[in-house]
Amino acid sequence: MNNSSRIFKKIKKDPYLMAGLIITGIILLMIIVGLFWMPYEPTKMSASEKLQGISFKHIMGTDNMGRDVFSRVMYGSRVTLLIAIGTVTIGALAGTVIGALTGYYGGAFDEVVMRVIDALFAFPSILLALVIVSVFGTGWVQLLMSLGIAFIPSFARIVRGEVLRCRNMDYVASAKLQGVSDVRMIFVHILPNIKGVMASSILIGFNNAVLAEAGLSYLGVGSQPPYASLGKMLSDAQQYMFTTPSYCLCPGVVIVLMVLGFSFLGEGIRRWE
Amino acid sequence: MSKDAVLRAKDLNVFYKNRKRKLFRGSKKIQILHDVSFEMGEGEVLAIAGESGCGKSTLARAIVGINRDYTGELWQKYRGPQMVFQDPYNSLNPAKKVGWLLEEPLKVDKSRKWTKEERKEKVKEIMKEIELPLEMLERFPSQLSGGQRQRVCIGIALMREPKLLIADEPVSALDVTIQAQIMELLRSLHKRLGISIIFISHDLRVVYQISDHVMIMKSGKVIEYGETKEVYRNPQAEYTKELLIAAGIRKQATL
Repeated sequence: MNNSSRIFKKIKKDPYLMAGLIITGIILLMIIVGLFWMPYEPTKMSASEKLQGISFKHIMGTDNMGRDVFSRVMYGSRVTLLIAIGTVTIGALAGTVIGALTGYYGGAFDEVVMRVIDALFAFPSILLALVIVSVFGTGWVQLLMSLGIAFIPSFARIVRGEVLRCRNMDYVASAKLQGVSDVRMIFVHILPNIKGVMASSILIGFNNAVLAEAGLSYLGVGSQPPYASLGKMLSDAQQYMFTTPSYCLCPGVVIVLMVLGFSFLGEGIRRWE
Repeated sequence: MSKDAVLRAKDLNVFYKNRKRKLFRGSKKIQILHDVSFEMGEGEVLAIAGESGCGKSTLARAIVGINRDYTGELWQKYRGPQMVFQDPYNSLNPAKKVGWLLEEPLKVDKSRKWTKEERKEKVKEIMKEIELPLEMLERFPSQLSGGQRQRVCIGIALMREPKLLIADEPVSALDVTIQAQIMELLRSLHKRLGISIIFISHDLRVVYQISDHVMIMKSGKVIEYGETKEVYRNPQAEYTKELLIAAGIRKQATL
């Protein structure tokens, strides 16, 4: 009780955390409501209501096939968020394990693995996605895989650096004297010390994942019609940019809000101490 | 020596790898200790003194096995010597509570399995030994003072009941009143538990208070070894005399 009120006070004092929570809260609320109720079926077309602007009937207008943009945004942000979560999960898990092992053991093992990671880092994620998609075909699994792999290097680098910093601390030497095994040392003794850094890099990872997904979908590699992610909607909307600006503005604004919300949260967590 | 030895070092040479690595060139080793030989009797307090960088800590790290890069003989009667580090501000894991830190040595004990109740019981026992209230088990190291942290470090070292404890400048990072308390704690632990202690310090006054024997080191070599009182009263080596004068224990002979 006392603890939670203290946390609440701290959140109220930090504008970044506050703004981040509000913006992400709104997006999450929209996604959760979308699970149970949407104003229209997101795939329902209507020939008589093509490319309408903002109105009370369609609060974000309609697209070139007469589908309700707001319903599609609700659905699309769900897809985008799920892909972002999946991407970050793959990247963070694999990256943490790789970074922790290389940082802890060092030596030739570290050298070899980190050069591979560097090579991956230098490889544009979009190119990697295109390669994977051209080999395995399009679909969200392929998208998740390519984005996940592309996200491993940044996490591995961050975790490795932090583990290197902790490894030379006396508490690690002291634990070693007690006979703590290497695995226990890494995951029980060292990793809890870098959870703050990990939390903020995970949120920044979310951002990049949302943007990367939007970018890939824009190129037509991401999710396939009729179900659309935000990026896919944006790419469909670009030909109607001048005739029906609401069609491309609305998904665009939601992407921006998502990224902004996660950035603020990340910044807030980074400044928590 | 009449008593049994717990530790014997003969012609010990300890090396460190040079941190600066170059591609295609092997890392160079630096020799820190040169032919160090000494013997330590059971239940005694041996002080190792000398200026910064003379190899005191290197010797300690070789004895406990953190640095295994040595040649020569290093014989120990008992397994699992423990160590208390110099800086209490980075020898406790900041992410863990004191209770957890104290339990950890028992959780990873390979020689026997400890049940949860046994562990809690042992932790309470140790908390009494290091004279800390039980409420502190729920605190993080950042919520403790330097002296309290050093007590916890000593407690962690004592959890598995080692026969040999190495204290590497355990009071150097503390202020004078706290220093005295920690010294008092070490002395009473030594008396009650009968453990042998290697006490490393650059402060000759502190050394005098606690040790039976003293070993003076300089640039990785043993300069002088003997009973503390004897060495202080009648130092043989010129370097020992200098140290004693610098510490204000011995008056300058001439002038």
